[in-house]
Amino acid sequence: MDVFLLQLFNGLSISSILLLVALGLAITFGLMKVINMAHGELIMIGAYSTYLTQNLFNDLMPESLFNWYFVLAIPVSFGIAFVIGLILEMSLIRFLYGRPLDSLLATWGVGLVLQQLARSIFGAPNVAVKSPTWLDGGLKIMDGTLLPYKRLFIIALVIACLVAMYFYIYRSHEGRRMRAVMQNRDMAACLGVSTRRVDAMTFAIGSGIAGIAGCALTLLGPIGPSLGTYYIVDAFMVVVLGGVGKLVGTVLGATGIGMFNTLFEYWTNASLGKVLVFVCIVAFLQWRPMGLVAMRSRSLD
Amino acid sequence: MKESAILQCDDVTVEFDGFKAVQGMSLKLEKGELRFLIGPNGAGKTTMLDVICGKVRPSAGKVTFGGKVDITRKKEHQIAELGIGRKFQAPSIFPSMTVSENLEIAMRQKRSVFATLFARMEVEERERMDQQLAMIGLQDKAAKRAGGLSHGEKQWLEIGMMLLQEPEILLLDEPVAGMTDKETDKTGELLSQIARKRSIVVVEHDMEFVRNFASKVTVMHEGKLLKEGTMDEVQGDERVAEVYLGKRRDADVSRSTA
Amino acid sequence: MRLQKLTPQRIWILAGYAATAAALFSAPLFISDFRLNLLAKFLAFAIVALGLDLIWGYTGILSLGHGIFFGLGAYAMAMYLKLEASGGKPPDFMGWSGLKELPLFWKPFEYFGFAVAMGIIIPALLALVLGYFTFRNRIRGVYFTILTQALVIITTTLLIGQQAFTGGTNGVTGYSTILGFSLGSPDTKRVLYWITAAALIAIFAGCRIVIGSRFGKVLRAIRDGENRVRFIGYNPAVYQMVIFTLSAAIAGIAGMLFVLHVGIISPSMLGIVPSIEMVLWVAIGGRGTLIGAVLGAILMNWAKSEFSTAYPEGWLFFMGALFVVVVVFMPKGVAGLAGQLKFRRKRREPDHEGVRNPAV
Repeated sequence: MDVFLLQLFNGLSISSILLLVALGLAITFGLMKVINMAHGELIMIGAYSTYLTQNLFNDLMPESLFNWYFVLAIPVSFGIAFVIGLILEMSLIRFLYGRPLDSLLATWGVGLVLQQLARSIFGAPNVAVKSPTWLDGGLKIMDGTLLPYKRLFIIALVIACLVAMYFYIYRSHEGRRMRAVMQNRDMAACLGVSTRRVDAMTFAIGSGIAGIAGCALTLLGPIGPSLGTYYIVDAFMVVVLGGVGKLVGTVLGATGIGMFNTLFEYWTNASLGKVLVFVCIVAFLQWRPMGLVAMRSRSLD
Repeated sequence: MKESAILQCDDVTVEFDGFKAVQGMSLKLEKGELRFLIGPNGAGKTTMLDVICGKVRPSAGKVTFGGKVDITRKKEHQIAELGIGRKFQAPSIFPSMTVSENLEIAMRQKRSVFATLFARMEVEERERMDQQLAMIGLQDKAAKRAGGLSHGEKQWLEIGMMLLQEPEILLLDEPVAGMTDKETDKTGELLSQIARKRSIVVVEHDMEFVRNFASKVTVMHEGKLLKEGTMDEVQGDERVAEVYLGKRRDADVSRSTA
Repeated sequence: MRLQKLTPQRIWILAGYAATAAALFSAPLFISDFRLNLLAKFLAFAIVALGLDLIWGYTGILSLGHGIFFGLGAYAMAMYLKLEASGGKPPDFMGWSGLKELPLFWKPFEYFGFAVAMGIIIPALLALVLGYFTFRNRIRGVYFTILTQALVIITTTLLIGQQAFTGGTNGVTGYSTILGFSLGSPDTKRVLYWITAAALIAIFAGCRIVIGSRFGKVLRAIRDGENRVRFIGYNPAVYQMVIFTLSAAIAGIAGMLFVLHVGIISPSMLGIVPSIEMVLWVAIGGRGTLIGAVLGAILMNWAKSEFSTAYPEGWLFFMGALFVVVVVFMPKGVAGLAGQLKFRRKRREPDHEGVRNPAV
């Protein structure tokens, strides 16, 4: 029973991390059809932003306040990744709408540069971010079964992000404009929506969420310049499995991959587990090539 | 006389996420018939063509080709191989290839990987292609990239490709859209000529074109069959006038490419 | 269209090819053994680039998994070399992981012929299986690309994880002879170089035939409009599977040759980064032209070997920036640039349709 519960929790935890990483992609890929391979590097930027916030608190603030750096780190990570995403969109991505494969390659180049930049600034070795003490320890649900607060916090953070995104996309003015542009660009432009602005904002928000993901990842271990590369392919798999265009697909995709990954790794080992997950994904796509939640359209392509 | 029906659609229904684009539509096409499919926007005309050529799977109903083959379960390329050719509304040619390359791959031939890998241009094939090039008036542009052609030329190229495919049934979606009057007449004559040997279904909004060349007209409205008959019969029908022709007559628009 | 007339232009092109082939074969006379070895490696890379160009440049399918096909070919050859070096006993790394017996699947790799066959068949088979399960269901475009990248990740994790059978992170190295000839001797190296050059020329010629055939035209039609191809009566899935398999087999051949020149294969040589670098070679040389792919591979690798050790940081910046510039501003690569210049002299042609119509 313990083992089962613990594995379930592990699965949930992995799912939440995958979801946090994939949420930003769900926007840039799902809504804008831009394959942003630099997404991993935006996560890395978020992580380093948290690292910098921590350092600032260490240097400038009284020690008693140190624990609160993390509360500030979340918006800071979002903000910095948001700005970099905005710059990226305005300088590069806008030339690549409608060329998904090219956007993939170009942003991979951007990712390479950003990684190298981080290596030049912070050095190649990983750096550790000290998590706030209020996240140490865990929730004891029975003897020998401890649910770490850090992982619970990440799950809560993901839920918060999801809710915020839901309200932004489906309930706000800006969100409505965003959906209008993504569904019918020309029509939206005719109705006076500034598509350029919406594009830039959408991409920047997707990037900002990557920053939050990076911030969360600092809780799990040391961070380095190539932090994002570990997650990027998995995150894309989540979006492919979930189907594009709807948030609920991304949630289901992340939960599915996270749970199965834990299950298979428990049964076999880490490397075989990954193979099995991949096989399952390909098998699943035989049944639903467009992913779990697909939007149908009548156009030729 | 059932044998002469080359294509028979029975009770075809198509749903898009709950919306019924076609509801229980039936259509029977004789060999050597030139049939016009008309109706207001959203009547399900294009969707009907999509069903016949396999692009859209109907949720109910049957489409029989040549009296025996049910094609609703077949893939697009199999349907094309059986002998149903389709011309889309927006010209869809292969833009990075030359005009003659476009024709070459469209030409009736064995379509397996092995066959195409070792295919050589036979003298007879070259003659057919040259003839087709002359007919669609693109002989001077044979070596040009198809993407650089004008809209009308692309339309012609696509018609040429479809003719070289030599299908039993030709499905054309607004073939004369964007053509000049002269080109339109030429297309009409060409279609009547082809219809001697093959069967054609044309979706068209250009009423003058329909009037000039139609022998039999099928009117669709809201996914259903409204009226079938000769142009005169259709024009005389009150319901048709109400939903479609009437509106146009009132507005005194005889030509429209909506 | 094979009975083309020998126009002056064609004669020039043929003469160019002949001169290049002659230069390639006589290279050992001019350059040092060290440089010859480098060049041989570049030629092996040029072969992968050809395979990649077939699928990306001509069929419009981007594979980020060619490192794996290349790597599987390389591992097949490495297994043979390793067994020859150890005299059929379990190689050293197996002992380190506590494996005493040679695993069954290693045994037949003692035979050179079997190893070579597997170096082609295994990558081809893997590509065929992946292609079957994707193209058949119309999983394409970026979805396919992401799946190939996932394939890279799981293959490398598998290679690293199953250390006892694969040598883990260190890969397979420490060879001595091939068919009894010492791999270290300059004579063997020269012969291996010639074999590589011959393979490159043969595969280049083969690709040209494929591209020039009607099959090649159907491939280009698929690139232009996959759905339209269906309505003419071709099944694009079969064509895509065939060309993907062929492309993987070519990458496997390149991998085998690569191991012979470099003397090591490890998971880091076939991971995500090398796979995407291969795409960069083709992008820079010019996708959709065979000569562009070859030149791109040779040029990029030459530049890398010149600069990456001297300026490791600068090199990565440069490579990243190059990626961006080439993809955004010169989608047709260097070969396309040359073509554009030629055109501009005649007249400005409205090109770049894809760029101007970003509507989706």
